[in-house]
Amino acid sequence: MRVVRRYLRELTGDAEFARHCARIRANHPDRPLPTRRAYELERLRRREERPLDRCC
Amino acid sequence: MSRIVVPSSRFRPGPVLLWTAVALVGAVGWGVLALSRGERVSAVWLLMAALGSYFIAYRFYARFIARRVLKTDDRRATPAERLEDGVDYQPTDRRILLGHHFAAIAGAGPLVGPVLAAQMGYLPGTIWIVAGVVFAGAVQDMVVLFLSLRRDGKSLGQLARDEIGKVGGAAALLAVFAIMIILLAVLALVVVNALAHSPWGTFSVVMTIPIALLMGCYLRFLRPGRVLEASVLGVVLLVLAIAGGGWVEHSALAAAFTWSPTTLVLGLAGYGFVASVLPVWALLAPRDYLSTFMKIGTIALLAVGVLVVSPVLQSGAVTKFASSGTGPVFSGTLFPFLFITIACGALSGFHALVSSGTTPKLIQKESQVRLIGYGAMLMESFVAVMALIAACALDPGLYYAMNAPAGLLGSTAGSAARAVTDLGFTITPGQLDAAAQAVGEHSLVARTGGAPTLAVGMSEILSGLFGSESAKAFWYHFAIMFEALFILTTVDAGTRVGRFMLQDMLGNVWKPIGRVTWKPGIWLTSALVVAAWGYFLYAGATDPLGGINQLFPLFGIANQLLAVVALAVTTTVLVKSGRLRWAWVTGIPLAWTIAVTFTAGLEKVFSANPQIGFFAQRARYAAAIDSGRVLPPAKNAADMHAVVTNSTVDGVLVSVFLLLVAVVVVNAAVVCVRAVRRRPTLPSSEAPYVESLISVGGPR
Repeated sequence: MRVVRRYLRELTGDAEFARHCARIRANHPDRPLPTRRAYELERLRRREERPLDRCC
Repeated sequence: MSRIVVPSSRFRPGPVLLWTAVALVGAVGWGVLALSRGERVSAVWLLMAALGSYFIAYRFYARFIARRVLKTDDRRATPAERLEDGVDYQPTDRRILLGHHFAAIAGAGPLVGPVLAAQMGYLPGTIWIVAGVVFAGAVQDMVVLFLSLRRDGKSLGQLARDEIGKVGGAAALLAVFAIMIILLAVLALVVVNALAHSPWGTFSVVMTIPIALLMGCYLRFLRPGRVLEASVLGVVLLVLAIAGGGWVEHSALAAAFTWSPTTLVLGLAGYGFVASVLPVWALLAPRDYLSTFMKIGTIALLAVGVLVVSPVLQSGAVTKFASSGTGPVFSGTLFPFLFITIACGALSGFHALVSSGTTPKLIQKESQVRLIGYGAMLMESFVAVMALIAACALDPGLYYAMNAPAGLLGSTAGSAARAVTDLGFTITPGQLDAAAQAVGEHSLVARTGGAPTLAVGMSEILSGLFGSESAKAFWYHFAIMFEALFILTTVDAGTRVGRFMLQDMLGNVWKPIGRVTWKPGIWLTSALVVAAWGYFLYAGATDPLGGINQLFPLFGIANQLLAVVALAVTTTVLVKSGRLRWAWVTGIPLAWTIAVTFTAGLEKVFSANPQIGFFAQRARYAAAIDSGRVLPPAKNAADMHAVVTNSTVDGVLVSVFLLLVAVVVVNAAVVCVRAVRRRPTLPSSEAPYVESLISVGGPR
């Protein structure tokens, strides 16, 4: 069950924020971490510029 | 002379035994299918044949292509590693990416085509789905993915321009746009036919809009990013909406949700426009989460259902319509028309657009193109096989009563039963009414488009799985909702993609329209795209001859022509990069697809048979108009004029498709010949080698 949950979190992008924070911590330890809200709103804004790939 | 002793790779009996067993399972499945004639065959044999073939193809053929033909190199950094920005480019776990890629390529296509193709029996469809995916569809997806991966994730259009030339590139871009319009129209037509005069289905599908909006607000304002929570909420509400539809059907609200095809067309066009200009968070993103969950969940459920219930295939192995070409669902003989009717699931050109877009920017290692490109396509093919099983497990009488055009069947159970008897099958009006009642519909007569048929088949299998006859109506509407959900997501996403392409093209002529943030430009281009597919949707929904049998061949030809473009580009790159001896890997599927699509396309344009040739049909109806006659199934002069207009437009459109693709193919052939003769061609656009610094554990 935990594996399924983790997989779905990854698949839907739910886990994206944690990964982003980890990346900042690893590469720029001096930079402040964004809030989840700010990060997710920015992510939604980016989706606007990139239409979804959805096939027939 | 000394002999060099090459140490042979260690013989390991385990894998050899395993793969021998897998091969045997597949062979037994094919054997039973091949030898059974006249008797009823269990769907389990079909599954064994398909799954056995998939595993063998994945283990041996896909590996051969990866190692020998593409020479994937895991020491070479992929764009995801080199250009990692945490946004477009980021190395993603291969299992997650497989899920993403599968969700992106699999939609309603593999569910609809096989249902229509069941008219020719289960055998031709199965052979084409399995052989097509192994040698063409999965190869195309994998090779395009690899080529795009080596070129920083460039799109198919860019690949065509960079590797073939400007003319081929421009023709490819135009073809993609035109094909997209037809695709959206046909998919929307499937929804119209599934929901027309069905208050239950219409109510539950309409409810997906407030559900998606609610999820959107949850993710935008309440708890940003908690997709899993929002999706659980959405799925629960969705199931309630389906159950609620059953209540609506028997309530005073039923009349409010009983919509004619024309109303549905207007509703869909309006929805398509509004959805595509709204911010992504409002409808598109939440709807997409819902449809991904439903997709994966329902397909898994169906797979279990088919395995447990193992329905008996009731359609014959090969029906008389395969050779006569007079089938009521779509006209024309097995070659070429079966191969364009089943596109998605065997070979789908559209996948080349997905394989050369987002996915290559996320791959960790080159060798993973095998799992993600080839593997995901095998999974889609499996979905197509299940759709074929669901359709072939239906009683043939019911199948034809649902799938023949209304013009042939009339509008009552009595007239439909008579028409089905004339086709050589049997069903009584009472049986037809009972079948409709069991799934909570007023009538199942002429419910063309594939979705209702699949829904009836799925309701049989799923109610059998849970052992409850009374749940049939729920499962039927569950299946309708599941298909409508995909299609509406595609309509929204496709309209946006079409808009971006149009903005791009028009931006060359008039700068402001190309700006992606200029609202009037967005509204205008969205409206143009919706008007384009809306026109074909309206023409299809009101076509006196039945829209699906007129438009579906157009969709199939369009999709396969896109595959021709993709395979032409891949073959050209193989030849240019000095791999002429391996060019057959994409060259043979290319030759086959050219043969199929150009035969089908030319027949659609030039055939003297009015059942097949658009212009012959036009001439027949135009002549009748001149002599003041009305040819059934047209009912009046307006119908006659509609047939003339539709067949003219369809005929011209097929001609344009063929012409555009011919330009790409000829241009590619010229480039190949020049490359073989070592004359200068455009330089390869492959990105330079950079060593990879990341390591990935586990098997790839």
